[in-house]
Amino acid sequence: MSQLSYREAVNGALIQEMERDDRVFVYGCDVADHKRIYGSTTDLVERFGPERCFSTPISEDAMTGMGLGAAISGLRPIHVHIRVDFLLLAMNQLANMISTARYMSGGDLSVPMVIRAVVGRGWGQSAQHSKSLHSVFAHLPGIRVVAPTTPNDVKGLMSAAIRDDNPVVMLEHRWLYDTVGEVDEGDAVVPLGKARVVRAGTDLTIVATSWMVVEALRAADLLAERGVSVEVIDPRTLAPLDEESIVASVQKTRHCIVADNDWSFCGFGAEVAAMVSERCFGQLGAAVSRVGWAFVPCPTTRCLENEFYPNANDLVRAAERSLGLDAMDLSGFDFYTYENRFKGPF
Amino acid sequence: MTARAQALTLYESLLLIRRAEEKIQAHYAEDDMKTPVHLYIGQEAVAAGVVNGLDPADPIVGTYRSHGIYLARTDDPEGFFAELYGRVGGPAKGKAGSMHMARPQDGLFLTSAVVATTIPVALGLAFTQQYRKTGRSVAAFFGDGAMDEGVFWESLNFACLKRLPVLFVCEDNGLAIHTPSVARRGYKSVADAVGGFDCHFVESESTDPAEISDLTRDALARQREDGRPVFMRLRCYRYVEHVGPREDRDFHLGYRREEEFEYWRARDPVRCQRERLIKLGVPEAEVAALETKIDERLSRCVAEAQKAPFPEPEELHRDVLA
Ligand SMILES: Cc1ncc(C[n+]2csc(CCOP(=O)(O)OP(=O)(O)O)c2C)c(N)n1
Ligand SMILES: [Mg+2]
Repeated sequence: MSQLSYREAVNGALIQEMERDDRVFVYGCDVADHKRIYGSTTDLVERFGPERCFSTPISEDAMTGMGLGAAISGLRPIHVHIRVDFLLLAMNQLANMISTARYMSGGDLSVPMVIRAVVGRGWGQSAQHSKSLHSVFAHLPGIRVVAPTTPNDVKGLMSAAIRDDNPVVMLEHRWLYDTVGEVDEGDAVVPLGKARVVRAGTDLTIVATSWMVVEALRAADLLAERGVSVEVIDPRTLAPLDEESIVASVQKTRHCIVADNDWSFCGFGAEVAAMVSERCFGQLGAAVSRVGWAFVPCPTTRCLENEFYPNANDLVRAAERSLGLDAMDLSGFDFYTYENRFKGPF
Repeated sequence: MTARAQALTLYESLLLIRRAEEKIQAHYAEDDMKTPVHLYIGQEAVAAGVVNGLDPADPIVGTYRSHGIYLARTDDPEGFFAELYGRVGGPAKGKAGSMHMARPQDGLFLTSAVVATTIPVALGLAFTQQYRKTGRSVAAFFGDGAMDEGVFWESLNFACLKRLPVLFVCEDNGLAIHTPSVARRGYKSVADAVGGFDCHFVESESTDPAEISDLTRDALARQREDGRPVFMRLRCYRYVEHVGPREDRDFHLGYRREEEFEYWRARDPVRCQRERLIKLGVPEAEVAALETKIDERLSRCVAEAQKAPFPEPEELHRDVLA
């Protein structure tokens, strides 16, 4: 075990996999400049040369198609986007080509490609640098979608994604980059498609994605003060979804909230709510509820940004509603501790 | 307008942009302007010159680096600072911030932080002008990086095909973040690549806003004459980092060279314009008075923005749909 930051864990996984397999290469806007995508692509050019790590023109559509071509002819590309919002320019390649290539070839082709994209937040990232889009990608058959929240998970899941023979969209939340945690030594792979019980509990299940895992843990701490025991589940892989872990938890707690780092409407939370309702209908003590972003484009000014993003406070209130409890006094708590660590740029 | 009056107007425009951004530099560390800033310091002659050459009613679109065109077109530093400080008095009530600074009522329709995304929008604005026979032209400002995107070439193609009244203004500062254009271009030169299209091509590395204004006016006249759109490659240099308030002298990192920095600094648009005024016989005291007027106005803008109200929480849900 060693203590690594999220960025170091991403970087460690890339180095490890590039050492292990010379078919792996990393490319995208600015992957080889001195900032190295927040340090996540550090040392790759130095270790593996400009053939295996190179910056590209700002041409997301063409570069995504190029990844597909490389992947179906024997290489294992990793395409990097400093914001997932820019990946929208590559949606045609993703939705019409990459996700269908195997199926439409009757299984002849496989697309071992990883698309890494950073989810932005805060400091006025505004409407075009803050989307998450995991539900959009997960909606498409033929793609895996992963959103790791801890250094250990990102290292293990990145390795698994690179070794996987399918296209994987890997979403990395900007605020998680500075978090530090224990990371397993060696090439420990975290399997795709397996959720993690982040905190065990008996009264209520919170299924949380991406940054909302941090908020869910904070909410669990607050609720513990009044004797409510919360189980927090991080699906880690959103597609395919580990339904069994969620169902097992809800069967125990009978209450479920989905805390999604996204808009709720037509989103991941709706998927989980439907699945839990179908599979746990008779056991539920309350309807599954969803907590997500305000259904508006993300505003710039801080006061509205604070209204836009739900936090632990909102989760505590949702939990109280689910369990039929009075509202506890939260006036003494500060809910924006992490934001002070992120002052941009970008 | 006399040469003297024109020179004063352009100096005022340049200086308003320069000093407004110096205010941002001075106050940014206070952490109240919570918006990523892509400063324009060094490039001012492009916005001041082109906007001066346009008709005030000609529509404009731009990028996240649009403080220059905003201030050149709107003369609204009050709203500008209110927007940067996230206050209700900003053109978007604080919802847009630095990267999306726009003011449709002044013809500055949209700016976008996704590279090249407003270029095709200029086609539509131009189509409207053509359709309604307004006689106006549309200026699309974008960086050299935007020429990496397919949508730029698609837009140029369509504008040429349909003879849309578009002025493609490439603000070529030679860098996309830290990647120089030579590392991104597979074509021999911009002139070669764009030269194959049925449009007027203008190229300049002037830092003289009057020269850029004249180039713009001439190009527009030719565009109105034969209907062919205009592509202007205006070379320029930003002194500051890609995003953030710091001057960028990271020469050791290799993506920009000190000689190049000094070459452009020696032709600084603001200082050179001041020298031109003096040469034209404008008394030093008159220039200084203009400078003081601008400084005082900007100081007031900042002070007022700092104590202006934030939007109410209900503003969050307003204006999602018409
Ligand atoms: C589609 C898209 N891809 C990537 C980015 C990230 N990005 C932001 S600015 C920039 C460089 C753009 O350079 P240029 O167009 O020359 O404008 P400049 O910043 O030099 O004014 C890049 C790559 C983006 N905003 N949009
Ligand atoms: Mg540029």
